Parts: sequence; structure tokens; C-alpha cells
Amino acid sequence: MDLRFLIQLGIIGLTFFMLINASALLVYAERKVMGFMQQRYGPYLVGPHGLLQPLADILKLLMKEELRPRGADRWLFTLAPILSVTAAFAAFAAVPWGAETTLFGLLDEPVKLGVADINVGVLVVFAITSMGVYGIVLAGWSSNSKYSLLGGLRSSAQMISYELSYATALAAVILLAGSLSLRETVDAQAGYWFGVIPRWYVFLQPLGFIIYMIAGVAETNRAPFDFPEAEQELVAGYNTEYSSVRFALFPQAEYINMTTMAAVATDLYLGGWHGPFLPPEYGWIWFLVKVGAILFAYIWVRWTVPRYRYDQLMRFGWKWLFPASVVNLIVTAALVLALNA
Amino acid sequence: MDGWLGVVIMIVLGVGFAGVMIGLSILLGPRNPTPEKLAPYECGMPAVGDARERHSVKFYLVAMIFLLFDIEIAFLYPWAVALRDLGWAGFMQVVTFFLILSVGYIYVWRKGVLDWGPVARAVRRQVRDKAA
Repeated sequence: MDLRFLIQLGIIGLTFFMLINASALLVYAERKVMGFMQQRYGPYLVGPHGLLQPLADILKLLMKEELRPRGADRWLFTLAPILSVTAAFAAFAAVPWGAETTLFGLLDEPVKLGVADINVGVLVVFAITSMGVYGIVLAGWSSNSKYSLLGGLRSSAQMISYELSYATALAAVILLAGSLSLRETVDAQAGYWFGVIPRWYVFLQPLGFIIYMIAGVAETNRAPFDFPEAEQELVAGYNTEYSSVRFALFPQAEYINMTTMAAVATDLYLGGWHGPFLPPEYGWIWFLVKVGAILFAYIWVRWTVPRYRYDQLMRFGWKWLFPASVVNLIVTAALVLALNA
Repeated sequence: MDGWLGVVIMIVLGVGFAGVMIGLSILLGPRNPTPEKLAPYECGMPAVGDARERHSVKFYLVAMIFLLFDIEIAFLYPWAVALRDLGWAGFMQVVTFFLILSVGYIYVWRKGVLDWGPVARAVRRQVRDKAA
């Protein structure tokens, strides 16, 4: 084992640890932002400004009783949350989050900041995030509860409907970058047009970015598209019958998926770790800032926009978002050819 | 890290994390089930029948259309990478491909597969036909 390999393992460990932290921080941030939007403080008592609240929550859930309803499928009922959370962690593996660095001269050859550098990164993220739907469907089916089953079914229909627009919007970015590698896509966005406007794809793909963000909200089952767990209609949707830690793993998977969604948006549309003022070694600070901004927008949308109706969701996804993303793709392709040739 | 080892490590870490958390909760949590606790939740009333009943055919239809369009997108990715080499010929081929697919898309749209609500066009048409 040489030093380089150990450092790479360290980067993987750090990414994993930060993802767990991200889900805890997002729970806190969500409740705090919701609090301020509703003119109250949110969590305040546990730790300074309630910062230890997520820790208290998980400890409380650890001490709770595990219940499995009669008629539930014993193995699938346990497998579902594990599958959800594993797919959430694994999807982030293909997302790079920083430029190559030698760690201030510690290494001769630079290491790449990110878990795995795969030349088909976009496809890997896309494939693994689609696996997440299995966790939700299995949870819904195995619980043997009507609310759970409805939540699971709705979720699968919703996720596959929005996956089309999401994937087509991504194809337009792949066209521009000419590569399926997320790292190459980020590096293609370095520099400035006319010396002032950063070469981010969001300026070339404004419609694609909007489609990606909307589909991303639907893919992660967040309000205004949180039908799988619409509490006024389905109690808690697919996780109605879950208690204790098995319940906690579902929201955790959701928050990690949000982080992945925001990180992919940052890599593909917002120039990843490229930004002014900071040297490339500190590019990950820019990455964190951009991901944080997108995540805040996610929370902001959740507490601002009321939930759609299910038929509105399907109509919007199939009749507006999908045609729009296809037109976006074809126009992009024509422009790329016309301007390049 | 280069290659796929990172993904494998991440999957192992994910499964391990979930397994440890569930194991801990089994160790730490109390365990005294009663018949009422183990009943599926139905707003406090005794559960009626089985949950795994037949459900709307809409879900199956959407899954089938999804398969078609998802395969289309799977074709698009390599095309998108190679477009600069393929040139206008490749562009026209994909446009033709989209035109053929859009025939099916329009058919599905007119058939009302994409309408879920009670105000769906198909329902309105049926009502109108009945009245005529």
C-alpha cells in the first residue's frame, strides 16, 4: 500500500462522512429555514441554536421499537431501506467534487478529488439514482398496507415519468461537452467569455437547467411533487409502517439524493469547482457554495409552493416537460453543428 | 481514485452503514409487540382485507410508454457524444427517429393515456358521445 492509495481511500472515507453529515445538516437546515419562513425559530434547545437536534433525533430513533406489521414480507421489508440508502450513497461515487491536487506538494502525482473517476460518470449517476425507486416500491409493497402500496406505486410512476425529461436534459449537456465524464464536462467549463461571463453551461442551456431542476425535485420526491408521502392523502406514503431506524433511513436517502442532484447540477451546469478569486486547489470551496445554494433553493421551493395534484403532475411531466426537453436537445444539436462546422 | 473500485467501496460502506444502524436499533430498542401494534395502519380502524389488490391500469400503461422512451434516450447518449463526428447526417437521422417516435407519442396523447384526472379528455369525449 503506497501513500497515494491510502490518500485516495481517505478521500472516499471523507466523502462518505460528509454525505452522512450533509443529510443531518439538511434536516437541521430544512427545519430552521421552515421556521424562519413561518416566523418562528425552529429547533433551538438541543445544543447552540439547536445544532445538535439531528443527533438527538437519530439517538431517539435508535431507542425506539422496530415494528413489522402482520402480513409484511419479512426480508423485503428490511431490504427496502438498505437498498434506498445504499443507492443514495453509491450514486455520489461518480460525482467529482474538486480539481486535481497534490495536497500542497505532499504527492508527486496529483490525486483527483472525488470517489471514483469514471469516464461514463453521467451514465453511472443516472443508473444508480434510478435504482433508488426500487427501495421505495419494495417498501410500499412489502408493508402490506394500503397507504404504503399507493405511495410506492405513485412514486414509481412519478419517478419514471420525470426520468425522461431529466435524462433528455442531460443529453444536451453531453452534446456540448462531447463527453460522458463529469470531470471532463467540468473542465470544459473553465474560463470566461469576453473575460467576464464564466463559461458555465447554464448560460448555454437555461431551459435545460430549469428542466433538470424541476425533474430533480420530482425525482427526489420533494414538495411540490412529494406524492409518495403526501401526508394529507396517504398518512406517510410508502414509509407509513416503518418505525425506528428503518424509518430514519428513508429520509436520509432522500436528503443524500438531494445532495447528489445538487452536486450533479453543479458539475454539469454551474462549472463545478471553477470560480473566481480562489486558486484551483481551493476549488472545492466553490463547489460547496454552489451545492449549498441549490440545496437552499430546494428547501425554499418546498416551503413556498403547495403540492400539485397527481393528474397535474403527470400532465406537466409528459405534456410539457418532456416535449420541451426534446426540443431543447434538437435545437442544441443543430446549434452545435452549425457553429462548429 | 481511477476506475470502479471507488463505486464498490461506496456500496460496501452504504450497506455497512445501514446494517450497523439497523443492528444497533435491534439491540437498543424495546420489543413488546401487541396485536394492535402489528396491524397495518388504517386510520385507527381495523384493517379491511388485503392491501395487495388490483390497482389502476394507468400505472402499467405509464410503465410501458416509459420503456419505449427510455430506450430512445439510451440511444441518444452515444449519439450525443459522437455528434461532432457524425455531422448533419447523424443529426437528420435522429430527427427522423424522433419524428417516427412522435407518431406514437401523439397516439398515446390522443388516447388519453397521459390524462389521469377526472377531467381527462377521454372522459369528456365519452360523455359528449353519449349525449349525442
